[in-house]
Parts: sequence; C-alpha cells; structure tokens
Amino acid sequence: MRWLIALLFMTVPALAETVVLGLSQNEIAITTSFDGSEILVFGAVKREEPIPEGPPLEVIVTVAGPSEPVNVRRKEKRFGIWVNIDAVEVDQAPSFYAVATSGPLRDVLSEVEDLRHKISVPQAIRSVGAPMGITDAASFTDALIRIRTANNLYQLMESHVAVDDQTLFRGRIELPAALTEGDYQTRIFLTRGGEVISEYETSIDVRKVGLERWLFGLSREQPILYGLMSLAIAIAAGWLASAAFSLLRT
Amino acid sequence: MQIYLPIAEVSVNAFLLLGLGGMVGILSGMFGVGGGFLMTPLLFFIGIPPAVAVATEANQIVASSFSGVLAHFRRKTVDLRMGCVLLVGGLIGAALGVMLFNYLKSMGQVDLLVKLCYVVFLGVIGALMFIESLNALRKTAKGGTVSTRRKHGFVHKLPFKMRFRVSGLYISVIPPLLVGLAVGVLAAIMGVGGGFIMVPAMIYLLGMPTKVVIGTSLFQIIFVTAFTTMLHATTNFTVDVVLAVLLLVGGVVGAQIGTRIGVKMKAERLRFLLALMVLLVCGKLAFDLLVMPSELFSVGAVEGH
Repeated sequence: MRWLIALLFMTVPALAETVVLGLSQNEIAITTSFDGSEILVFGAVKREEPIPEGPPLEVIVTVAGPSEPVNVRRKEKRFGIWVNIDAVEVDQAPSFYAVATSGPLRDVLSEVEDLRHKISVPQAIRSVGAPMGITDAASFTDALIRIRTANNLYQLMESHVAVDDQTLFRGRIELPAALTEGDYQTRIFLTRGGEVISEYETSIDVRKVGLERWLFGLSREQPILYGLMSLAIAIAAGWLASAAFSLLRT
Repeated sequence: MQIYLPIAEVSVNAFLLLGLGGMVGILSGMFGVGGGFLMTPLLFFIGIPPAVAVATEANQIVASSFSGVLAHFRRKTVDLRMGCVLLVGGLIGAALGVMLFNYLKSMGQVDLLVKLCYVVFLGVIGALMFIESLNALRKTAKGGTVSTRRKHGFVHKLPFKMRFRVSGLYISVIPPLLVGLAVGVLAAIMGVGGGFIMVPAMIYLLGMPTKVVIGTSLFQIIFVTAFTTMLHATTNFTVDVVLAVLLLVGGVVGAQIGTRIGVKMKAERLRFLLALMVLLVCGKLAFDLLVMPSELFSVGAVEGH
C-alpha cells in the first residue's frame, strides 16, 4: 500500500496548496470534573504561487471518535404492546463525529468527493448489510444518526469555519461531556468548487487521567478487588450514617 | 457540579445524584424495599447506560440496606432466624434464576419478559395490598382495632416447625424457604433485590408483623445485592464506584430518615403507601408498553464486543 501511495505522489505534481495546522490542544484529559471541552482548530494555507482564479477556497474540519459496532433496534406493535422486533447491526459507527464547514455542505463539497473521502455524517457510518427480511435498512442508519445528533454526538456545523483572504481559517468543535476515551481523528480538507484539493490529518488524544484512570484500570485488571472495594465503601458508608444518626439522637 | 463517571463514561450533576439517592434511601428505610425498581429507571432517564445503572444500583442498595438494617437492629425489629431461612431459599432461587435468565436470553426477547414480569407482579401485588390496606385503614378509622388474623390452615400442618420469636411465629420452615426461593428466582430475572415482592410475601403469606418485615427484608437484601454486585463487577465490569458513592451518600442518610418515619407510622398506612408506590411504577411500565413511543428506534451495544 505504501509504495502505491509513493508512486502516486511521484506522478502527481506537488500540491499547490497545503495546510499548516494549529490546534488549541491535541490532548484532552478527562478528569473527575470533566464537563465537555472545546477545541479551537486554526491554520493557514501554504502556497508557492499566487491564489488561483476560480471558485474560492473552502475549508472542512472533521473530528471522529473511536468507531465501534452498534445494534439499532426497532419497536413494533405486537399483541397490543410495543416490543423490539427488528435489529440491524451497524458495523462501524464513531462514538462522536463532528463536521464543520466554511459554507453550506453541498456548496463546498460535491457528492462524489464526499463519497471518496467519507466526510459527511452518513458517510462516517459503515453498514455492510441488513439481515434477511429487513428491506428498509437505511431507516436504521437514519435513526442512529437522528438519535446521536439529538445527543450532540453527531454534529454538522455548516458555515462554522471562518476563512480570511483564502489563507487563514479557524473553527471550533465542541466536545460533549459524554466523551469516550481514544484517538480522535481530526481531518482538514481544502476544497475549491466542491473538489478536495488538499487534506491534512492529525489526532487528538482523549484520555482519562488521575482518579478516573486509576479506577477504570482497577475495574478491568483487578475486578474482584474492585468489587470488594465497592462493597467495602457501601458497608462503611451505611455504618457511618447509622452511627452518625444514633449520635445525633443522644 | 458536574462529575465525570469513569465506568459509565458520562458526565452528570453530582447534586442530582445525591438527591435521587436520598429520595430512594427514604423509601428503602420506610418500606424495606431496596429501591432498585425505582432507581434503575431513573438512572436510565438521566443518561446512564442500562448495564452500568443496574450493576451500580446493586452496590448502592447494599449501602442503604445496611444503613437501614442497623437502625432496625437497634430497635430489635429484625428477625435474624427468619432472615437466614429466607436467604438460604433466596440464594438457591437466585442461582436457578440466573440459569433461567440465560436460557431465555438464548431464545431472545428477554427484555420483554422482564418488563412483563414487572407489570404482572407489581400490578397483582400492588392491587392486593392496596385493597387490604384500604380495608384495614377504614376499620381503624371507625375506631375498631385491627384483628390480627391467625389462619390455621395447611401451613401449620407442615413438618420441620421452627420458632421465630421476633416475628411471634411457630411455623414450618418450608413456606419461608419457598418464598425465599421464588423471590430469588424473580430477583435474578428482573435484576433487583426483590424487596417489593418479599415484603408483601412476608406479610400476607407468612403472616409476619409489618414492623419486623421491613428490617428482615433489608437484612436479606444486603446479601442478595452484595452477591449481584460482585457478579457484575467481575463479569461485566459495569459497577461504577464513583456513581455508587454519589448515590449511596444520599442513600444511607435517606435510609436513616426513612426508618424513623416508618417507625412512627401506622402499619396499615405504611402498607397502603407502599401499595400506591408499587402501582405507580406498574402503571408507568404498562404505559410504556401500550403507548406508541416517540422514538421507535433504540441504539445499543453489540453483544460480545
């Protein structure tokens, strides 16, 4: 694969416009008081030549959390009650996905380019196929996007990236409080007339730290100890409250 | 004040959790129920993942039940002997229940079964208690004293008789063992301590006095939920100790207050209120099953990942 990319680069002339990126932070520490975070994405376009003629430069920023398979279930009425009947497994769905653009999405990105680079929210989800007997698999992925958008986990922010003089850009991505750990892949696309002309990729490291890190680690590596500790805390708290109240009474 | 929960991986308001814990703690101390059947849906509602809510709830119940049972011990309203007999039945029942649960899970639709179980049991128990306690309340309102019914039916002809001094009973150990067993099975399937089934069963099936029932129920709930907590912590890794601490701080204080309220109240009024609460939860669950939900779809984790 690598030699193929190298070959491609040899045949294609050096990109005329490339991204120089800055991030307000490339590490997010989840502490006990973590309540969401905001990442400022800013940068400049580096070019050797004057600004090309034609459609103006547009910028798209995407941030994607770690992907995992999810089960989407649908309720139906059977014997007078609402029960889960059909289920579709979506093979890969990011736990968080945000797209910020410098203009309306379809103006800054053509559908073909969207398919190629998997930029918009529906493209970020990979669903191989529904089980037999389910004809409307699309409504399940739509539901997944709808539910996660309502929870602020999937965001499409059109015209949220400011571009100055086709050279400087800045945008902000808001990360919700319900963030999972992992590498958050961050991509910047430069487009002109709907075509992607340059792409830049980096990642933001989201990690639990301190007490959060310790407890999470303990629960996975020493589950028996962790369980006993939880019980000990419960018993101690129960006894303490009882003792305190009987002291209050006397 | 927002706090990030390390296992649930969500950020929640600490004061909200303290309040919820306190509220459920009061009910726990008053009625001898663990409160899991109330707290778990509330936790779902504020966005805690279901698996974490169920497991952590078990840990919190250990705390509030222990706090409550100590208060009852001081008042000598715990029938330890009865509690142990019920517990033996309960643990055997729980083991059977887990086996039954896994069998049903392999057949699918276990969620539905759990919900139907809830609606049926809460409905029947709530309705029976409601009628009985209302009649008792009417009688006391008329000025008459409530006669304590002592049925001498087949229960008293069974062998292996044992004296339960605190409850004032001299009965065979077979009925309490069976009650414990049945509650154990249901508790394992429904994922709760089983207090709301155990309390009415002790009052109506075994004929124990209401005051003793609450302490005794709390006593056996501690062991059942401690067992459940360990099971969840070691197999599913879903016990969130930060969430548990927030809930149990409110819970243990609430349980103390609840016990004091419960002691001051008349037994039939206590039963009446418990019946109302059980019917309320039942009504909510039935409503969810019967009325078309606003969102037909739900997103869940894929099992085995």
